[in-house]
Order: sequence, then C-alpha cells, then structure tokens
Amino acid sequence: MSDRQEIYAKVVELIAPFNKKGATITEATRFAQDLEWDSLTVLDFVANIEDEFDVIITMNMQAEIETVGQLVDALERLKASR
Amino acid sequence: MTDLFSKFDPLIEQREQLLQSGLTDPFNLVMEKVESPTVAICNGKRTILLGTYNYMGMTFDPDVVAAGKKALDEFGSGTTGSRVLNGTYVGHRAVEQTLRDFYAMDHAMVFSTGYQANLGIISTIAGKGDYIILDIDSHASIYDGCKMGDAEVVAFRHNDVEALEKRLKRLAPEAGKLVVLEGVYSMLGDVAPLTEMVSVSKANGAMVLVDEAHSMGFIGDHGRGVAEAQGVIDDVDFIIGTFSKSVGTVGGFCVSNHPKFEILRLVCRPYVFTASLPPSVVATAAASIRKLMDSADKRVHLWENSKRLHAGLKQLGFRLGTEEPQSAIIAVIMPDLETGAAMWEALLQEGLYVNLARPPATPAGMTLLRCSLCAEHSTDQVGEILGMFAAAGRATGCIS
Repeated sequence: MSDRQEIYAKVVELIAPFNKKGATITEATRFAQDLEWDSLTVLDFVANIEDEFDVIITMNMQAEIETVGQLVDALERLKASR
Repeated sequence: MTDLFSKFDPLIEQREQLLQSGLTDPFNLVMEKVESPTVAICNGKRTILLGTYNYMGMTFDPDVVAAGKKALDEFGSGTTGSRVLNGTYVGHRAVEQTLRDFYAMDHAMVFSTGYQANLGIISTIAGKGDYIILDIDSHASIYDGCKMGDAEVVAFRHNDVEALEKRLKRLAPEAGKLVVLEGVYSMLGDVAPLTEMVSVSKANGAMVLVDEAHSMGFIGDHGRGVAEAQGVIDDVDFIIGTFSKSVGTVGGFCVSNHPKFEILRLVCRPYVFTASLPPSVVATAAASIRKLMDSADKRVHLWENSKRLHAGLKQLGFRLGTEEPQSAIIAVIMPDLETGAAMWEALLQEGLYVNLARPPATPAGMTLLRCSLCAEHSTDQVGEILGMFAAAGRATGCIS
C-alpha cells in the first residue's frame, strides 16, 4: 500500500465507531452533511486521529476540512512536514 | 432573495414542537418579584431559586446594596464612556484594588461582563502564530475569544491531563502557547485537575489562564478558586472571573502578576471599545468582594448544602453529573430534551426554579437540569427542594 492508501485505510477505521448511520465511506464523504456529525463528535474523532498519527489538527485547519479525502491530504502534508 | 433567517428553521421548528405539547417555555421565564437570593415570585407563585449562580447570596446584602445606592447618588446612573476615555471613575480604580487584595496579585483589569473578559484577554494575548490549547468543554466566551483572535486553536478531551500533555509536546518548543482551563466546569459542576494540568503546561513552556467564574468566593481557603484549593495559584498566569455569580452584580475581570499586564488596557478591544460599568455596579462589586474575603462560615454552609442536595438526589435515583459533589453546581442528567423540559415544568409548578441546559451548551449532547446552590439556602430549604424533586420526578416518570 502507498502512504496515502495506508492513511486512508486508517482514517476509515477511525471513522467506524462514529459512523452511527453506517454510511459508506469514500474520499468524497462529507463529515457534516453525510455523516451528520455534530461539533462534539468531530472533536472526539479529531482527538483519535491526532493520537493515531501523532500530529496536531488545529480547529482552524478543521474548518477547512470537509471531506474524508481532504483529511487524508492534510494528514499527508502534516506527516511530510515533520 | 435568500432569507438570512432560514438557517434558524430547524431550531424554530424544534421550539414550536416543544411548546405545542403545552409546556411552558423554559427560556422565557419572568421573575415578577425577587424577595431574596433564594426566593422569587414567578407566575404569581413563590419559587425557590436553584439556578441563579448566586453562590454566596450577596445580591441583597445590606452593605452591598447601600454601597450601590450611595454611588448612584454621588456619581449618577452611568459613565457613558470607555475606560480609556471618560469611563474611569474612582470606583473603577477601587474595585480593581479590591481584586488585587482579594487575589493577592499585582494587576487587575475590570471588564463590563465576564464574557468580555475572556473575549478580550484571550483574543489579545494569543496572536498570529501562537497556539491556544483548550479543554473541549470550554465556555462559549472562551471559544468566542479564540474565534476573535488570530491564534491556532487546539482542543483536548475534557479534563484529560495526558491529552493536554501530548498536544503540548507536539507543538514547536519556540511557539507561543496559552493553555486555557476552567476551575469549575459549569455544565456538570466538575472540577479540573489543575495541579497536574498547570504543571504539565509550565513544563512545556505554556502560559496558563484559568477561568474561575464558578469557584470565586466559595472554593479555596480565601475563596480564590480551584487554583488556590489545589495549591497552584502562583503558577497560573491569568485568572478570569466574573461579578455576576458569587459577587452578585455584573462585570468581569482578569488578575495577573505579569509585569507587562497594564499594556492590555490599550490593546484589548473588548476593554477599549465599550462603555465602562455604571458606578453603582462597581461600588456593589467592591463592597461584596471585601465581604467575601471573610466569608469562611458561608463557605462551610454552602458545602453542606451541596453535599446534602447531591446525596439526596442520588438517593432518589437521579443520575448526576459527578459521582461526588465537587462544587456548588449539581447537574441532574435527563434522558432527553422532552423529558427534561417536562421535568423542568413540573419542578416550576412545585415552586422550584432550576436551569434547563441542552446542546450545544452541554457536553455529549446531554440535557441537564442544572442546580446551583446558594450559601443563603437554609437547611430546611434544601429539604424542601429534595421533596419537590421527588414529586416532580415521580410525576414525569424520571424516577420510580
């Protein structure tokens, strides 16, 4: 698996416990509209992502991230900049 | 034309549904007469107040009221000006001196509300390229202060020391960092592990701000708050507080020992671009804070009230926000908004006012009946309150 595929697989795995509707996850899945996450769910999920990848995703960055694909992009950038 | 109000439609609908079921609007109660810190007349009915944050019961203290009347007579009804223009009277200086004495700190800056104190201090001291690290359950005024400033904002799980430490360690050592904590979290009434959190923050080069809105006057030997009670107040860089809870009027403040603190009076926009507090308000605040310095007996009685209500509600079978009472706030967890609203109304009919709290103000989507005790609640009143909870709880099916 490429780096990106690995990150994507891990992100999908971390979405699962919060995917109450059982929605199918793709790169285009939107956190707010498709998964219907409220702000508190987002915060819990982000905490798990941060711990898993040992990065910080500031709330300012979160505001720019709408889809699963955008999150994977951001994680790729954060990993590269370390 | 797009109606800018269409974004509120879901809330309007939810509200209408709730009111159609015949419930009283929990967010529209009017106090027709207020008899004391613990009793008011609502809908013509004598009502015990258990949701006012009036922890120390100072609102009707004769010395406090007299100080306000005197200032009203001598200085008029308002200042009509900013603190940096025509809005600083001797009373504003005096209340700041009182705060320095109360906290034994070098600097005190008074804002027109507690909300503005957080808004102003946080947005001003954490700038572009700096980081604010805050607890997920922080008050709206803290989040709004972050939104108003240009710093990067990092949230960590509520009261989780390890989560805070991990995030601090991931940030560049040279980056400016402000850790924002609260002494007592107002939704569940739980206390922060400040000893560990302040030490972890300092070890990682962060400045620390603690909002002690819900602990002032009550927690700590001198009533300085949770940071005092846990022995870390000397390591806290900024304490935010309010006059609208234990002090019994309105206003907010920040106290600090930072040597450059006074510059904030020129650069902090929510301080500069608003009218200062009326002279009567700062006079009542100063009188009240002076009395809070010597209120050890009241603190003891308030703790007794809190413990008794907590134990009594638990015994009745209610689910509470904390296992043990940690502050003067006892949160009763409701299964859902409908039951919460029904229970709120049943309590009001019994003659008891509590706060109905619901998302997004509450953590984890909870609906809460939030009770805040007062040092002026008598032991008998606490017994009466428990009786009302028992009756309302059974009537609404919350308890068996």
